[in-house]
Amino acid sequence: MAVLVVAEITDGALSMDATAKAVTAARPLGDVTVLCIGSLARAAAGEAATISGVARVLCAENALYGHRLAEPVAALIVSLAGEYAHIVAPATTDAKNILPRVAALLDVMVLTDVTAVVDADTFVRPVYAGNAMQTVRSKDEKKVITFRTSTFEAAGTGDPVTIDDVAAADAPGLSEWLEDRVAESDRPELTSAKIVVSGGRGVGSEENFAIIEALADKLGAAVGASRAAVDSGFAPNDWQVGQTGKVVAPDLYVACGISGAIQHLAGMKDSKIIVAINKDEEAPIFQVADYGLVADLFQAVPELTEKL
Amino acid sequence: MKVLVPVKRVIDYNVKVRVKADGSGVDLANVKMSMNPFDEIAVEEAIRLKEAGKASDVIVVSIGVKQAQETLRTALAMGADRAILVVAADDVHTDIEPLAVAKILAAIVKEEDPGLVICGKQAIDNDLNATGQMLAALTGFAQATNANTLAVEDGAAVVAREVDGGLQTIKVTLPAIVTTDLRLNEPRYASLPNIMKAKKKPLDEKTAADYGVDVSPRLDIVSTAEPAARTAGIKVESVDELVSKLKDAGVV
Ligand SMILES: Cc1cc2nc3c(=O)[nH]c(=O)nc-3n(C[C@H](O)[C@H](O)[C@H](O)COP(=O)(O)OP(=O)(O)OC[C@H]3O[C@@H](n4cnc5c(N)ncnc54)[C@H](O)[C@@H]3O)c2cc1C
Repeated sequence: MAVLVVAEITDGALSMDATAKAVTAARPLGDVTVLCIGSLARAAAGEAATISGVARVLCAENALYGHRLAEPVAALIVSLAGEYAHIVAPATTDAKNILPRVAALLDVMVLTDVTAVVDADTFVRPVYAGNAMQTVRSKDEKKVITFRTSTFEAAGTGDPVTIDDVAAADAPGLSEWLEDRVAESDRPELTSAKIVVSGGRGVGSEENFAIIEALADKLGAAVGASRAAVDSGFAPNDWQVGQTGKVVAPDLYVACGISGAIQHLAGMKDSKIIVAINKDEEAPIFQVADYGLVADLFQAVPELTEKL
Repeated sequence: MKVLVPVKRVIDYNVKVRVKADGSGVDLANVKMSMNPFDEIAVEEAIRLKEAGKASDVIVVSIGVKQAQETLRTALAMGADRAILVVAADDVHTDIEPLAVAKILAAIVKEEDPGLVICGKQAIDNDLNATGQMLAALTGFAQATNANTLAVEDGAAVVAREVDGGLQTIKVTLPAIVTTDLRLNEPRYASLPNIMKAKKKPLDEKTAADYGVDVSPRLDIVSTAEPAARTAGIKVESVDELVSKLKDAGVV
């Protein structure tokens, strides 16, 4: 059977990491076709064509698909759905916006944040903030799935496969893009970084976050935050790690001034090594930390930055 | 303009979840249940639209077990005008899938003709993040998920959405489906007098069959297991010791 992988593309740029991880997850399900959608998608398609294990690439380049609004993008995917038993994507906010809409249009359930493929019908996904892992078997003819990227290795690259153009599908113009507010950063992307340094409410202010960022920059790390830090305006929303934010599994996760609520742990407890710096020795974060340092972060974090 | 808000009764976010020993699911008997936190945000937003004169009525709907009545009363106490309870399960352990929920909601949308439906982006039990998008598909409405801000004007809603790269602002034609993210607002607590008043507000009771929707699941739950446990590590005494441990581990 065939699998359609919807590539993650932002303003014409392919997210190689997220897409290649979804390809790894999709491979056991059948021949992989990658679909590149955007107002600019050709360059992304060229890159996607080099992902190992991909049999074919489809390119849907059309002004309709600028900013990947859910209504036209879902309509396009549905127009192509016929030959595929599985329609999948990496579990990004973009795919989480679009694929449930696709699933309902096809009258099937959606499986989100899948962490393992058991067989063509059976999948594992976390529920209750990762406090339980559920194995579910789908009775639907087609499966619509998003894969949690932190649990799959990215496929490698090889010789490019062929790219075919696909026509745009009819779509009602119900929504309109107005603006993106995206902070440019030289730091690695949070979900693919090897090291993540996160700050919580204990950091105290937006200005103080500079000490978290200084440690991150010393380590070549991405910066993360708890919900409390984001809600308090210390950090932007796209830094939130957790049940309802981003899920990360880097080689090293450094949590500073974060208590370790279950909703936060849901987003980082699969990290290889966890370091916690917290002044409260009873903080639950220490129960998952490989190395815990009971200390005032304002003293310990700059010292760590200096000594590394 | 009516605003419709679906609310779900879920395990309280503070309760430690226990997986049943036989792997059949999570134990929900005798645990504290509350309104899904994202739905509280949705109710709050709808009430604020009413207070700002942009909405006429706030109608809350819950689909599930009979006990979801309590969740609806909470929403009424916060300030919703009336409620619809759709009984679709007897056992508190039965989770009605988003596709079936969306079908029932689509039928209610047909009856009530709201200008806006505000849903939580995700239920904290199944963590699916799907109902709003599915309802948008079935109604053919536009969708704006993960709302960080919402402004309603001239037959449209302008929504700043929390996305992986930051914020994306879009404008959707009404009627539309909006789903809430954490920063949209801080929900109010219901005051005691309002809790009393809520008891007298109308609450209609229906069944899934009234809407002709088959709620049987598309996904069979094969098993539910504990996640791999992490063993606690050690406490280090100083930054120097931490640095040397991290060097030994080869991560820095
Ligand atoms: C529906 C819902 C979804 C949620 N989703 C998420 C999510 O995705 N991600 C998330 O993170 N949370 C989420 N939460 C929130 C979560 O429950 C916690 O409230 C949050 O994680 C707490 O953040 P924190 O650890 O930074 O703050 P706190 O719990 O307040 O902890 C602050 C910590 O800092 C320490 N500290 C203070 N000062 C210092 C100092 N000078 N030096 C060292 N340590 C210090 C304190 O000892 C304390 O342990 C969610 C909650 C709900 C209800």
